Amino acid sequence: MKEQIRIAAGQGFWGDLLTAPIDQVRKGPVDYLMLDYLAEVTMSILQKQRQRDPAAGYARDFIDLMREILPDCVEKNIKVIANAGGVNVPGSAEALRAVVSEKGFSGRVRIGMIEGDDILPRLDELMSRGVSFINMDTGESLEAIRNQVQSANVYLGAAPIVEALDKGAQIIIGGRLTDTGLALAPMVHEFGWSFDDLDKIAAGTIAGHIIECGAQSSGGNCQYDWKNIPDLANIGFPIVEARPDGTFTVTKHDGTGGRINIQSVREQLLYEMGDPKAYITPDVVADFTTINLEETGKNRVRVHGIKGNPKTEFYKVSIAYSAGWKAVGTLVYSYPDAYEKAKAADTILRERLDRLGLQFDLILTEFVGVNATHGHLAGEPKHDIPEVQLRIGVRGQRKDDVTRFTKELAPLILTGPPSVTGFAGGRPKVEEIMAYFPALIPKNVISTKVTILDA
Amino acid sequence: MKIELTKLAHARSGDKGDTANVGVIALKDEFYPLLVKYVTAESVARHFGSMVKGNVERFELPNLRALNFLLHGALGGGGTLSLMTDAQGKTFSTALLRMHIEIDDDTIKKLGI
Repeated sequence: MKEQIRIAAGQGFWGDLLTAPIDQVRKGPVDYLMLDYLAEVTMSILQKQRQRDPAAGYARDFIDLMREILPDCVEKNIKVIANAGGVNVPGSAEALRAVVSEKGFSGRVRIGMIEGDDILPRLDELMSRGVSFINMDTGESLEAIRNQVQSANVYLGAAPIVEALDKGAQIIIGGRLTDTGLALAPMVHEFGWSFDDLDKIAAGTIAGHIIECGAQSSGGNCQYDWKNIPDLANIGFPIVEARPDGTFTVTKHDGTGGRINIQSVREQLLYEMGDPKAYITPDVVADFTTINLEETGKNRVRVHGIKGNPKTEFYKVSIAYSAGWKAVGTLVYSYPDAYEKAKAADTILRERLDRLGLQFDLILTEFVGVNATHGHLAGEPKHDIPEVQLRIGVRGQRKDDVTRFTKELAPLILTGPPSVTGFAGGRPKVEEIMAYFPALIPKNVISTKVTILDA
Repeated sequence: MKIELTKLAHARSGDKGDTANVGVIALKDEFYPLLVKYVTAESVARHFGSMVKGNVERFELPNLRALNFLLHGALGGGGTLSLMTDAQGKTFSTALLRMHIEIDDDTIKKLGI
């Protein structure tokens, strides 16, 4: 058994720094590269792409990345685990296979493909078998919005990834795999941990939580002493050095920017946290109140003492459904009286929308520079401020009404308060709203399938 | 004496649906008891007022010298439903740190705040 493995995070979300995973495999030693591509709304976007093109529906950025780093990964035997498969895992695996062959590594790289998370085709069957999908936030039943559902995916844990690693896969691609499972799986595989060893499974899960948002644990978006965090332009993404006993160290490659210390790790630990004693994943219920942090060197934080409790009988399901239309537009007003002008423009626009008889569920006005982030807590401006951006958004069930709203902003330039600009981008875009419906599903109705493709 | 929470803590916030979470972390270990005493679910709910439609929950993490707050109904529906600039609740951290708390002068002197 290895005494230590190094697991590197390469993406905190789909759209993160493109050079980060390349730096992770080139600027120092790593054994595993994990990449998280999926946010809650991403699956529904991918589902729509696939409706237009059956070959689409996955994160193509990942395929481009592998074209770039495959030679490094083969040469250094780095394994790659990603949830880039979106709603078309076979399609993404096929694209990956084409890259392997194009790069001349056919017969040398095994691809592991994990399916079973996408339950959209099974929804009616599951409902008729008595599975009741209840919204965890609102308590409402799925039946009311069944016809609007665009995607439905189960959050899968580390187990199928471990299976793929055990079968010799070097690149593993799946759909809605939990971010934490991407990091936990290599530890289970390398150290032979049992899923019943709850403290170790919880430790690996928390290691995953610390690095799943990329540089958010290594100095990015860090409030503590942010002005003195060095060289953010060259920020190093985090790496976990995991050990068989369940302790691990969070670090990054030498020569990179950013900073890892107790404060940066604490901030990330608290990110998107609910009840800290019950951090629920498919693999375990981790207790964040048992985490001990210790700075053991420059950019090195050792984590130990973590306790876990048994996993639940349920998987979480992420369902997205169409819930109307929205558009957001902006205009910029300048000194003098910038804020007053923006407020007057808002009043005029609302009166016009009203006269047109347009129906919206909500009209929201914000004044960027005054109250868009901190609301009334920011107080009224204490002097005549240099400029204000008027930002108005509408949402409703009628697409025509939302579209008409987008045509009412530009006229304000010649028919409203003076010294206004910032309209060069044209009319705002009308977007379909994808609402999020989280629910639970018994684990025993879900089966995962792991396939090894010899590329 | 009234002091702003920025003198005692740093913070990070994020979203889960229509709920914003704010982790408030003591700048120094010895400030943590002050956070526990003064930064309560009630005082945080009062601070945000109409910005939070639902209730406020607080959890303690003494091991990290931190408190975690859940602000329910704070994100205008959350996700893509929200029309807010900050639909993901990223700036609720600094919004919470604007809070003022009343601390006696002796404690301020003793802790070197």
